[in-house]
Amino acid sequence: MAFLVPDRTIYSPWRAKEKLSSSLMVILLKAIMISGRTLGQGANSEAKMSPEFFKATSFCALSEEDYRSLGISKEGNVLVRTEFGEVVVSAKKDVGLPLGVIFIPMGPWANAVVGPETGGCGTPQFKGVEAEVEETKMRVKDVRELFADLKRMGGEAS
Amino acid sequence: MIIKGGFVCDPKNGILGEEMDICIECGKIVEKSVGGDVIDARGMLVLPGGVDAHAHIAGAKVNSGRIMRPEDGRRGIEPRTKLLRPSTGYTVPNCYAMGYRYARLGYTTAFEAATPILESRHTHEELEEIPIVDKGALTLFGNNWEVLECVRDGDLEKLAAFVAWGLRASRGYGVKVVNPGGGEAWGFGGNVKGIDDPVPNFGVTPREIIRYLMRANEILGLPHSVHLHTNNLGKPGNYETTLETLKAVEDITASRDRQVLHVTHMQFSAYGGTGWRDFESKAPEIAEYFNHHDQFTMDMGQLIFGSATTMTADAPLEYGNARLLHAKWSNHDIELEESSGVVPLVYGRKMPINAIQWAIGLELALLTKNPWQVIMTTDHPNGGPFVNYPEVVTLLMSRVKREEELKSLHELASKRSSLPSIEREMDWNDIAIVTRAAPARILGLSEKGHLGVGADGDVTIFDINPADVDPSKDHRKVKEALAKARYTIKAGEVVVRDGDITAVPQGRTYWVDASVPEDQAEKVRADLVEKFAKYYSIQMSNYMVQDAYVTHPRVVKAGVI
Amino acid sequence: MAEDVLCPFCGCLCDDIKVEVENDQIVGVKRACKLGSSKIRGHERTKAPMVRKDEELVETSYEEAYDRAAKILKDAKRPLLYGWCSTVCETHKKGILLAEEVGGVIDSTATVCHGPSIIGIEEKGLAGSTLGQIKNRADLIVFWGANPAEAHPRHTLRYSSNSTGMFTPDGRKGRKVIVVDVRETRTAKNADKFLLIKPGTDYEVISALRMIVAGKGEIVPEKVAGVAKSDLEEAAEMMKAARFGAILFGLGMTHSRGRYKNVDNALSLVADLNGFTKFVVMAMRGHYNVAGFGQVCAWETGFPMSVDFSRGAPYFNPGETAACDLLAKREADAMMVVAADPVSNFPRATVEGMAEIPVIQIDPFPNPTTLLADVVIPSAVCGVEAEGTAYRMDGLSLRMKKVVDSPYPTDEAIIQNILDRVRRLGDDN
Repeated sequence: MAFLVPDRTIYSPWRAKEKLSSSLMVILLKAIMISGRTLGQGANSEAKMSPEFFKATSFCALSEEDYRSLGISKEGNVLVRTEFGEVVVSAKKDVGLPLGVIFIPMGPWANAVVGPETGGCGTPQFKGVEAEVEETKMRVKDVRELFADLKRMGGEAS
Repeated sequence: MIIKGGFVCDPKNGILGEEMDICIECGKIVEKSVGGDVIDARGMLVLPGGVDAHAHIAGAKVNSGRIMRPEDGRRGIEPRTKLLRPSTGYTVPNCYAMGYRYARLGYTTAFEAATPILESRHTHEELEEIPIVDKGALTLFGNNWEVLECVRDGDLEKLAAFVAWGLRASRGYGVKVVNPGGGEAWGFGGNVKGIDDPVPNFGVTPREIIRYLMRANEILGLPHSVHLHTNNLGKPGNYETTLETLKAVEDITASRDRQVLHVTHMQFSAYGGTGWRDFESKAPEIAEYFNHHDQFTMDMGQLIFGSATTMTADAPLEYGNARLLHAKWSNHDIELEESSGVVPLVYGRKMPINAIQWAIGLELALLTKNPWQVIMTTDHPNGGPFVNYPEVVTLLMSRVKREEELKSLHELASKRSSLPSIEREMDWNDIAIVTRAAPARILGLSEKGHLGVGADGDVTIFDINPADVDPSKDHRKVKEALAKARYTIKAGEVVVRDGDITAVPQGRTYWVDASVPEDQAEKVRADLVEKFAKYYSIQMSNYMVQDAYVTHPRVVKAGVI
Repeated sequence: MAEDVLCPFCGCLCDDIKVEVENDQIVGVKRACKLGSSKIRGHERTKAPMVRKDEELVETSYEEAYDRAAKILKDAKRPLLYGWCSTVCETHKKGILLAEEVGGVIDSTATVCHGPSIIGIEEKGLAGSTLGQIKNRADLIVFWGANPAEAHPRHTLRYSSNSTGMFTPDGRKGRKVIVVDVRETRTAKNADKFLLIKPGTDYEVISALRMIVAGKGEIVPEKVAGVAKSDLEEAAEMMKAARFGAILFGLGMTHSRGRYKNVDNALSLVADLNGFTKFVVMAMRGHYNVAGFGQVCAWETGFPMSVDFSRGAPYFNPGETAACDLLAKREADAMMVVAADPVSNFPRATVEGMAEIPVIQIDPFPNPTTLLADVVIPSAVCGVEAEGTAYRMDGLSLRMKKVVDSPYPTDEAIIQNILDRVRRLGDDN
């Protein structure tokens, strides 16, 4: 079901029966988030504190149409929100993605919005997380900032 | 160390139950002890350490069995102690449990029955982790492309050179042949149907493969003969293939004082019938043949009721098992070399086929007159786990026990086998032969399986007095005593006392280094360079098992020159 | 020049790498892909051991780091020893012994990758082969939820779709390739047949294929998970028509809804297909020796991962004893991370569980786990600075080489040092 209202448009391509008119702007995209390996992520996976790793993994790829309908400006960022958390990442187009599927490379930015539940098998569900995506002016946190709020006990480890 | 006054059975040296002392110094049996421990063995049975010549105890398929069977891992659990690592598993125990359980049964040597060359590094990684026992591994050759090509080209010398190279590459001990040709055919889902059925794409027959490998084995003068798992194994009516195979090699002679061919887990190859409905034992026919052909040996492959994990390089057989039983199925084909499969199953007393199979193993052992020709195995864990050896011994020693068991089985066990009519009961010397002396002789381990001067100081002492106990009637006592050795002594060190592990030494690994003429070795090398360049998925330089994986080697020399 | 070096990156474990060394420094890497050559050439290292003092990590001696690590493990009631994918089997053996000694839980990165595949194998068994068998024989390759173009770049050329062998002399031309994925990956662009499925529908699609293969296609609806029935029929026909087919599956199968049930169903499909032709299946394992940990753990403990020693004997129950469960439920009260980076690779809420407990890190490289660690012990890079055993994705074991010397101790030596101290602490009690 698509909600097309002028002030706050939510579009859910998986549930929609019709294609979105290209003239409409979408404020909030309901999408399915998947994560996975990429060459850039892999090549820098032993250099995770490097700017290269940041560049390779702190983005969200969207289909061309979803990218356009969200009205993302050049080199713009998106806020990805799931029931487990939210994260700001830069936005990219990927012609290989179908409507309503977004891709974030395996890494700390993707895992900010993945849930801990393992369904009794030990493995969280890293792919197929229901997410909402919107354009944002917020900045992408670097890897240190992402974990800055997790307080260490400090001092003598007991 | 001196073991005083025990009832000693050492059939190799003609000692058939005499009260005598056994002395060990520096890990070897000697004439006279110079001091050390004195073990009072009066009223106890003293035997050489047990030798298992065929068990699946290490390597990729054993570990596949563990990984696919957590339900088996949850059986047989023993926590760690100050001395011991934890034990898990029944049919596929972890490495530590294997060593501990063998030692508790009085076994000091065990050979892994099948390793493909390519995956031998893994086999040795596991063998290294099995404590206490001495060990070795038999290397698979029966479906190897280089072997098939040498046979096709009729180049026996090159084949011998390749066998020598394969043994060195795998740090292997002997030539294992499993369903020759069938493993290659399985590469495209096929099999061979008999010893004259050509192998697809190679145009050679199982008959030719077996004959060539036996001749190569004898050219090299290897300590062990070819160790054969027959074609059509596990199928009704296969006794004909088995006899045909033996007849096909009657003209080949052994180069050493041992058998010329060992046919393994014969129970699975001694079947009559045209299908499962008229399935029956043909053990009497096989035994009769063996009674007239002393150049051949076999092991029982005795079936044990309950859980088993079948695992073999005979992959089409395992696929058949899985289809028949709707069981979990693992398969693993090894490029240019072999195939293999693993299927868990349960042998039931009331299942007609299983009950008949159980009878066949016993018939083979009891109807073959010469105990040196039939050794005791369960083809662990195919017929059942080796921890059941005491049960098998009691079955061989007691007709009463066999009758008790038969009563609890499906009636076809009695109707489709000759077991009920067999009166023979083995004595302690027979048992010493089928569990110690004969397996050592068959493997060509001159320092194992006996207590003569110079033999390894591997001794088992069972708390049973042959003067008081009649194994025929008191089979429960026998089983209880054999399940927990009073003492197991490995290379002169007490490793088990009263059924408890007291020391955990690292055993040695036997492998055979066979020399061949340089020109033949060069021909093989040239072939292999091409095979690695075109077909293998790894580099030739990374293929051979490195010394790091065999930390306590016992290298046996053999060869042409 | 070191020849035939093994690559310490992905589960392909390529063993034909040439590494140029001058004055004990690596100056060139040949034949490796971007992923492998990047690792072999090297990255920024953790220079010295560190311990956390006043909320900051400060450099210290190895001796102090070992002491601190041993005390953390010894004092913990439910220590978790996690990682092991980027180190050699010799380290695994020591790690398992340490876990036994401290009565802890040992788990590998498999539980966030192909752990569901292992559970699937427990249900059904695995009809597999070595990679060379696929290279020499396969005329149909199915990549399911796997993208080797990005994750295993040399796989296709060395082992699968584009390789040549005895019965496959024409390489890619003589083969058909089917790709099943939720997006058109670079791998999908190389396919003869691409099935674009909706995320989380692997189970349905496999079930439909099984029905069609079994001749019960009439009960399959016209569309399954966004795929037309005619496309599924065509794929099933290609599978049955193959002389030797191989399904190579990736995290798309194990990380999606259904998880181990997807794998269970895929393994069943392969077993079914063997009724018609030859078919094998393989998990595309990620790190170069994550498969090795499963092998070592199985032969040492009887179980391949998530092994709990708190009762003195191994206890295995993923979902209860897996790393993510122990952290998410706040059960683990200390954690040792070896050759892995859970802070990057675990869900955020799981990582929060790490932030509340003392963490020891053993790794050559700084990474987000360092940010939460209390003790950091830098080690030599296995396969470059240290030798040892690794298992390829198909279960083949190979020996990794040492190419250059390292000022850092090996993972194995570090764990042995901690183990010695744990034992000494035990003796004092």
